[in-house]
Formats: sequence, C-alpha cells, structure tokens
Amino acid sequence: MKEIKMHNPESSVAEALSVDRRQFLKILGGGIIVYFAPGLPSYAPDTIAAGGPALPKDFNAFLSIAEDGRVSCFTGKVEMGQGIVVSLAQMLAEELDVPLGSVNMVMGDTDLCPWDAGTYGSMSVKYFGPPLRAAAAEARAVLIQLAGERLGVAPERLETKSGIVCEKQSPDKKVSYGELAKGKRIERQLPDKPSLKAISGFTISGKSPLRTDAVLKVTGTAKYAGDISLPGMLYARILRPPAHGAKLLEAETSAAEKIPGVQVVRERDLIAVLHSRPDEAENALKAIKAKFSRPETNLNDGNIFERLLAAAPAGKIVAEAGDISQGKGMASKVTQATYTQGYVAHAPMETHTAVAKMDDGKVTVWASTQQPFGAQKQVAEALSLPLQNVRIITPFLGGGFGGKNDNKQAVEAARLAKLTGKPVQVAWTRAEEFFYDTFQPAAVVKVESGLDASNKIVFWDYHVYFAGGDKAPSFYDIPHKKTTAYGSWSESRSSHPFGTGPWRGPNGNTNTFARESHMDELATKAGMDPLSFRLDHVQDKRLLRVLDSAAKAFGWSSAPSPSGKGRGMACGIYKGTCIAAMGEADVDKSSGRCQVKRLVCVQDVGQVVNPEGAKMQMEGCAMMGLGYALSEITRFRDGEILDLSFDTYQLPKFSWMPKIETVLIENPDVPPQEGGEPMITLMGALVANAIFGAIGVRFHELPMSPERVLKALNESRGKSGKG
Amino acid sequence: MVDTIEFVLNRKPVRLQVEKDRALLWVLRTDLGLTGTKFGCGTGACGTCTVIINQEAVRSCQIPMADVKSKEILTIEGLAMNGRLHPLQQAFVDNNALQCGFCTPGMILNAYSLLLKNSAPTEAEIIAGMEENLCRCGSHIRIVQAIQTAAKQMRG
Repeated sequence: MKEIKMHNPESSVAEALSVDRRQFLKILGGGIIVYFAPGLPSYAPDTIAAGGPALPKDFNAFLSIAEDGRVSCFTGKVEMGQGIVVSLAQMLAEELDVPLGSVNMVMGDTDLCPWDAGTYGSMSVKYFGPPLRAAAAEARAVLIQLAGERLGVAPERLETKSGIVCEKQSPDKKVSYGELAKGKRIERQLPDKPSLKAISGFTISGKSPLRTDAVLKVTGTAKYAGDISLPGMLYARILRPPAHGAKLLEAETSAAEKIPGVQVVRERDLIAVLHSRPDEAENALKAIKAKFSRPETNLNDGNIFERLLAAAPAGKIVAEAGDISQGKGMASKVTQATYTQGYVAHAPMETHTAVAKMDDGKVTVWASTQQPFGAQKQVAEALSLPLQNVRIITPFLGGGFGGKNDNKQAVEAARLAKLTGKPVQVAWTRAEEFFYDTFQPAAVVKVESGLDASNKIVFWDYHVYFAGGDKAPSFYDIPHKKTTAYGSWSESRSSHPFGTGPWRGPNGNTNTFARESHMDELATKAGMDPLSFRLDHVQDKRLLRVLDSAAKAFGWSSAPSPSGKGRGMACGIYKGTCIAAMGEADVDKSSGRCQVKRLVCVQDVGQVVNPEGAKMQMEGCAMMGLGYALSEITRFRDGEILDLSFDTYQLPKFSWMPKIETVLIENPDVPPQEGGEPMITLMGALVANAIFGAIGVRFHELPMSPERVLKALNESRGKSGKG
Repeated sequence: MVDTIEFVLNRKPVRLQVEKDRALLWVLRTDLGLTGTKFGCGTGACGTCTVIINQEAVRSCQIPMADVKSKEILTIEGLAMNGRLHPLQQAFVDNNALQCGFCTPGMILNAYSLLLKNSAPTEAEIIAGMEENLCRCGSHIRIVQAIQTAAKQMRG
C-alpha cells in the first residue's frame, strides 16, 4: 500500500503528482477508517455556538488504521511551533489505546485532511480534540467487535492495550490492531454520542512526552515550505511598491531580461523575475527600473490615533449591566484615561513562503499558512480553477502568530507557476514580510470609571476603537458597566493604511493593557494594594484561585503602588482560561531601559493534555509579550513602512529574559481550553504597572520603549523640580 | 565571476564551480541541497543562517563563496555523527528548547561555537553569546537550559 506521510518531501512530492481527492480512500487502502460525512447531525453544537470553527462539511477522514497497524491522524490544523503535532496525537493515542509513537500526523493537506477553518485562536485542542477523540473511540469500538469475532469472545470481556485487543481474564488471548485491520475495509462515520474514556484512566493525555518533531528540527531535516525543491524549479522575486497605496507608473525590465537564465513575467499587477537560483533572481530584480506614484496621506504612526478616532465606525454596545448615569451619581472619585497601542508586526522567523507546481490543470502548493483550506480557495479563485484542482500541502511553519492567514504568497507562487509552466518558489524577503504583514491594528481605549467612598468601583464606561469588543468587557464585579466597541480587527481593515489582522491573542492585548492598567490606577487612587483592590472586585472562583496561587508563588506582600519595588501584576479571563501574572522590573534611569527580572505566570486552562507543552506556551507568551510591551511598534509615513528589518524593529532577546515561573492549576472538571494565547495579553499592563511601581510614572501608550521612558522620566523630574 | 572553490563541508571535501560573490547561504540551500541552514533576514541580523567556518559561528548570508576557499564548514546536517545526536542537539530535544524550530539550527551552531571557546560558560556568558540569535516563539529560557545541560555533559 502507498504511504502517506507528512514532512517527508520525497513522498509528499510523489503523492502530489498522483493523488486525486476522490481516490483518497483508494490510497488509504484497506484497514479501518473513521470519517465525517455530510448529513450527520452537527457533532458539537457548543463549538458552533461558541464561534469555534465549523466541523468538516465534506467527506473526509479523521483517522485510519492501516493493514500494518499504523495509525494516521488527519487534521486540517498545522504545526507552527505550538506543539499540537504532539498534543493531538496524545489525545488520539489515549482514546484509541495505541503507543504515542505509532501515530502518524498528517496535517494541513487539503486533499487528505478534513476541512478546517484554520489554526488560530488557540482552538485546536479545544475544538478539534472532541471529534478526534470521538473518531478514536469509534475505531476502538470497531476493533473490539472485530476481535470478539476473531477470538470468539464476547466484546464486553475484551479490553484494549497499546495497540492490542485481549481478553480481560486471560491477556494471552490477544490480537493486534494491525492483524484486525488486515484484509479489511471498514469505514465508519463519526459517532454522534461517542463513549469516551474517563479522564481518571488517562495514561498518555496529561503527560509530557518529548516533542515528536524535535529530532527533525535539531538535525535540520524538518521541512518548511522553502525547503521544498522540485525539478526545474524557479525562484521568483516580485517587484514591490515603495509604499502602500503607491501605483506603478512604468517599469523598464529589459536589463533584467538580458541576464542569462532570467525569465521576466508580467501579468496585470504582477511583475516578477525568475531564475533557478534565488540570489540571481534578486540581482535581476535590482536591474528593473520602476517608477511609482507616491501617495500623500499625511498619516504616520504619530497621528494615527486621532485619525482613527475621527474615522471610527459607529459604536456597538457589546456588554452592559446596570446604568452608567446611576453609577456616576454614586461615585466620589472619577478617573478618565486613554490607552493606545500602535501597529505590531508578527515577525515570524520564517517569512511567507510557497512552492507551486502546475500539472494538467491541477495545481499543488506547499505553503507556509495557518489556513490551508483558505489558501485552496484563494488559489482556485486566482487561477479560475475548480476547488478540487487545487491542493495545498502545509509543511512545518516557522512561526505564525496570526500572521499567516492571508496566503498572498501562495497565490503569487500559483500564478507564477501557471504563467511559466514551471514549479516556482516564492519566499518573501524580510522587508517584504514587514511590508505585507497583517499587523495587529493600532487601537485606542478610553475608560471612565468611578470609585465610591468605600473604594468600590461603581461604574466602568469603556470605549474601544479598532481593537475589537469580544475581549473588552470587564469581568470585574461592578454594578454599572458598559462596553462599547467601535470597529474591530476583523471588521475594520479598510480603516487602516495597510494590512491588519489577528495577532496572537487577537482583541486581547490592547484591551487587557487598558483594563489592567486602569485597575492599577484605581487601586493607587484608592490607596490600596493592587491585588487586594482586584480581589475586592472578583467573584469568579477559578480566577480567585489563580490569583491566590500567583500571589503565593510570587510572594506578593500587600503594599500600595508605587512602592518603589517595581512590582506589577495583571489578570484576566480569556474565553475559558483564567490567568494571572506577577512580575518585578528595574528601570535604568539613565537609559530608560526596563528589565523585567522575574515573572510568575499562573493559568487554569481546564484539563491539560500536555503540561510541558502548556508551560512552553506560557513562557513563549511571556517572552513575546515583552516585545509589544517594551519595544515593538511599526513606524510608517504616507504608506511607507519605516521598520523593515530587525535592526530597527526589535524583538525580545536573550538578555531580556526574566526568571519565569509557570504554574498550571489542575482543573480536570473543565475540558481543555485555549492555551497558546491567553498569557501574552497580560504582559503590557503587567510591565506598565511594574514601571509605575518602580518610578511612579504611568504609561498609557505601548510600547514603553527606552526613549519614551526616558522622556517621561525627564518630564516628571521637571515637574517635581528635582532635576 | 565563476571560480573553482574547494572547501571541506561536514568533513567531506567539496569542489564547486561557482561565482565567487554568491552568498554561502544560497549555495548551501540550492546548489548543495542542505536546507537545514535557514534564511531569516538576509542581512545577518537574525542568526537563522548560522554555520561554523573553521570553528567560528558565522552568518552564511553574509559570507561570499570566495571567503570559504580551503575552509572547513560545518552545517546542522553535519553535527550528528554515526547516527548519534550531538550533545547539544540531544539537550535541545530533552529540554524542549524549540517550538517552531526555524531558529533552531542557528541556535545550536552558535552554541556549538560558544562551547568551543568556553566549555563551562556561566548563564550570563551564555546569554551574552546567544544575544544576537533571534527566536520569535520565546524558547529563550529552555535554550539557555539546553546549552547548560550540553556543556555539562560535554565536560564529562
């Protein structure tokens, strides 16, 4: 039988040339296959109601047990570092009772995997996990039934263990899954009401096996889109405008055309040079003389916030309790504050890359994408092909963070493959990556709030512009509160001078910066310790437990801020996950540089499939979050992006590293929730609160770069007359 | 200008007809098919393309082929020997010191060069030595742990 393997370029290449979607089951050959078919009642209505991705609409498999006993898991999700290549395999292995190492993950291949909306929002384990477990439970039921017939034993007297079915009383009476699958062709649909294992019996889920992709990644054998090489392949470089909104006036390509081996392609907006070597293509691009019109928008990173406020769409009330005007009547101290965050880049280490090959009217694209099925649709539309004539294969991603959802490079590679008739690789340069990024949108939050005489918050009037409303409502216990959202990252893309989109923790970072900074400002006004002040306003038992755990691990002692100690905290409820973090920072008063020395991060994510994996995500969130807190902002002028390299767009480095302690709260009563994003949302406010604690200066804008800190320090020195 | 350039790559002699000004990174990735060395920025700012030349970690995107004449080059593909992972590779696996893995070959080779010069680095020395290698996933803490683990093991 044919092998279907991910991350094996030779086999992937061979498969791509021969696989037809309708031949899928034929290729899988015999064995046991559990699939989702149309017409079934919706499996998990909660998923849909919660706004989660819909389940596959088409016929496709979740898992197969081949005749040699090999188990394959098919998922439209992709591996971009977050570790689901392990955690999803753990869930499957657990439910099916097979060794983890026997599970082959086939990910993000549109010909082989069930339809999927995309890998974002930390939803893989939460939403793909349940149907995957159901598929495994169904397969296990089939295996037990087959074993019963084979061994002449009633199914209820059988049990499964590590890829084997045996009689409970006499374990020597046994048969392997492979033997059972041999010569069979059994297809089952996803059961509506699967009988799942109890968590208490888990032996694979809840453990932390080493990453199954680690050896590939430390030896350089892991394949990313740019590592795919096909016979006769050309590398493309594309003519780009100098600024967003710039229009091409003329392009002189004759010099480039004279370079041996260079092919110049021009179709509508697309001018590309291609060569069998990427560096020669780069040289050829330099030989093109092009003139562009330059737009004058008078828009830059300094005035963007007032422009956005002026252009904001009508507000929508996304949450409301009580009556703000009544709350205002109860308030003795009113606080107003405005918080801003500029455009933040995703900056994955791997730039957008794709390889496309066209054959007999069918195109195959290896793409670095978080949305293989989205890419399939976009490529099909761009090439006017039926959907089934486009196959997207997703190798490992060198980071995504929400930035690889738009698939512009996949479309470019596919168009060029069609135009040249040859396989084409498009790998964006770092400058292209910074230019065409779909940035976290610049956003503004305005909060007005009031404390009564007993230092309880009596009203909270919250207005968020362009960051979105779904993570804006306050979970704090406040009698009169209202949240109004004006636009969001998903609805308001046209309001921005260039591309915007989801960024790790979408809607969460600016909103949490505003909410948790404001809570600290109120605590200071109340003359209270920031933790005690929050505890007076928290009802949620899970969050209380998380806060308590953080305070213990950190050794938080009650003191109003600023205490001179540089302590800061923040907490949140991010969809189903409860989080708190506490930290300590130093501010160098001569350079303005803030060093976070220590962080304690606590998370209740419900059941934990892979504890080490969950902690790695928390640590990654903490480190990445320090970037948007302290340095990351994209500067621009008239559509021109000014930060096009790592020289000026500064990512967190090793020297930024705090001591990080992560704590997972055990909570087996709650199914697995989101884990890849929540913790990052706390970092802006935590650092702002810690800086305030250290030097008594409150920042309302991100990032808190050394220049800004120094400027604020000088201003406060001027005010206090201390020089 | 095309020239014959001889060098040692992963302990094997190589003789190439190649333009002298081409960057080593592209020759490795396209002409020699060694794709473990990654392109991250092309300006020497990120470290994903790090290789070892004569025991020194260098950014292969900044090295013209003329400069590798008669040199010994080690890429990530040459680090494991006789089917056994190098202690640094094993320590990265054991410490979960990677996520997306794209910066990993450069991280490992930069650490390799660091340990050649200083077999018992302090944490501060590791941080200083790794400072200019970027990781976007935020695996920094585990990378430092992995280097400490490997250093200890290599000292025996």
